[in-house]
Amino acid sequence: MELLRHIIFWLFAVLTVGSAVVVVFHPRVIYSAFALLFTFFGVAGLYVFLSADFLAAAQILIYVGGILTLIIFGVFLTAKITTLDIPHQTHQRYVALVPIVMIAAGLFTVVKNTVWPTAPLPHHPTTQVIGELLLTKYLVPFELASILLLAALIGAMRLARYYRKRED
Amino acid sequence: MWLDLGLIVGKIAVVFIGIIAGAFVLTWAERKQSALMSDRIGANRAAILGIKLMGIVNSVADALKMIFKEDFLPPKGLRFLHAAAPVFAMFPVFMTFAVLPFGPTITVGGKVIPLQILQLDVGMLYLLAFGSIAVYGVLLAGWASNNKYTLIGGMRATAQMISYELILGLSLIGPILVYGSLDPGVMATAQNGYLWGWIPKWGIIVQPIAFLLFLPAAMAETKRCPFDLPEGESEIIGFATEYSGMRWGMFFLGEFAEIVVLAAVLATVFLGSYQVPFLFDAGEKLGMAGFHFPWGAYLPIAEWAVVALRILSFGVKVLILMWLQMQIRWTYPRFRYDQLMRVSWREMMPIALANIAVTALIVMLVA
Amino acid sequence: MENSIFSGNLVAFLILFGATCALVGMFLALSAWLGPKRMTPIKGEPFECGVISKTDARSPYPVKFYLVAVLFIVFDIEVAFLYPWAVSFGSIGVAGFIAAMIFLAILGVGLYYEVSKRVLEWK
Repeated sequence: MELLRHIIFWLFAVLTVGSAVVVVFHPRVIYSAFALLFTFFGVAGLYVFLSADFLAAAQILIYVGGILTLIIFGVFLTAKITTLDIPHQTHQRYVALVPIVMIAAGLFTVVKNTVWPTAPLPHHPTTQVIGELLLTKYLVPFELASILLLAALIGAMRLARYYRKRED
Repeated sequence: MWLDLGLIVGKIAVVFIGIIAGAFVLTWAERKQSALMSDRIGANRAAILGIKLMGIVNSVADALKMIFKEDFLPPKGLRFLHAAAPVFAMFPVFMTFAVLPFGPTITVGGKVIPLQILQLDVGMLYLLAFGSIAVYGVLLAGWASNNKYTLIGGMRATAQMISYELILGLSLIGPILVYGSLDPGVMATAQNGYLWGWIPKWGIIVQPIAFLLFLPAAMAETKRCPFDLPEGESEIIGFATEYSGMRWGMFFLGEFAEIVVLAAVLATVFLGSYQVPFLFDAGEKLGMAGFHFPWGAYLPIAEWAVVALRILSFGVKVLILMWLQMQIRWTYPRFRYDQLMRVSWREMMPIALANIAVTALIVMLVA
Repeated sequence: MENSIFSGNLVAFLILFGATCALVGMFLALSAWLGPKRMTPIKGEPFECGVISKTDARSPYPVKFYLVAVLFIVFDIEVAFLYPWAVSFGSIGVAGFIAAMIFLAILGVGLYYEVSKRVLEWK
């Protein structure tokens, strides 16, 4: 059983990282977007391993069902790009090194200071707990989220109206 | 452990055979019913050794024809995505059924077996999540085919599907509030409760508005008339124009399978799942399995018969809902695209939000 | 073994996933294997009702579709927030009701704004 768990974990891990590599290096944007689908799936699988089943389902619902659709729509809108090869050589290598080192250091500190559970977590339903916490302890972020969503909604509509005026 | 694995494989086999058989019969029933409704004869030509079975053999012929047809690949299209698109049309349909119970939890020789493949605490969310993947079928088909019509058709279909997906998601919140769980298995059990002791607590009775929102949204999701703008048989050319043979067949097998699955979701959430009114098993009524009527009468039934009746009732409900979808399809004319978007965003959305608020208020006052 | 996700659900999910992939793959493979391949240049042309296509098929489309996708995400996230609320509704009572109504009202305002500005009207 332990072996099986390891095999499944590595399958998800390889899926996530492997498809992420395709996202970065594939010369055609549409295939990059398509590979991102598998990255999102892999991440959802890793959430399942952390006994976060609500998060896994929400990940698929929002990222795969919503955000990736939007990304692909975006790719379609900029249609001509898909037929071009995007150059992959990097510019300003040494300047880029600064944020890379900073991010890597930040991630390393987090990894170092987190207490990682080595035994599998006992599985218990999380949805209800999340609901209760959202409406008690994290009430303010919950309400702020709705305002953030409202802002996104209005912003999107302003953009669309701008484009429509240009079309007229 | 091997027994567990065997049970899982067995349940998956039952569900897959059920969906495929349902879809297969639907392709035939669709033609026969439309023929009946428009005073035609319908499929009646194909025969094996002179046996026609009222035209069912035509479905076999159709399937064989699709397999042996040329597998067309548009030379300027994107080969890989062109092949991937029909996969995404079929894949989610078979994945989603797993969370729905097709019968009660049974006990055989001390082993408890729920007739449900995945007992997930997030069942309904899983259903929506995997259902949302179906969008990629039309989206990628439209793009990969290298054809203006397929691209426009794919965009139209995608916008339609995501708009109605929201209605599906929002209309389910009402029943979730009432039953207090996302697991369809728990929802099914809860629907054997009774209001004032005699009205079954089925979804359609406690949440009629949610049902009226969910049914049309589900039909829009299957892209069927009156919502068949993405691919209108002979009149509208849509996302599947550059597909042939079984690849084309997969889109439409997926569509028919989706009708079966959505009928099953509707039956689970709104029509009491596998429950038969006033039928209880031994566990629920202190060892007295059978019908307990509200006026006090009691009709004893063997435990195995209770299970059989319940599985049968689920099957019958799914069949009725499949028939209902087909009846609606051949009765109503098609929407225009502006009407389609207006119905979902301007009419169904506010009603769905209001339904959530009102349901929450009532649930709170009752509790 | 008593860890339910490993003993039951995850394994069941993986078997289901494998079975679905096998089924779908079988359909694709059967057709590719048994169907004839007689490609001609004319057959390979994009189907445009008999008119020979001159321009690239991947032309830009109305931005409105993009807008529908943005609005979809906003309300999809709302759905994801409301599901745990609906499940825990029984145990949080009046406070939870009021909080969720504020949440719904704010997004309701967004929906009203969107409808009143007629952004989703196809003309």
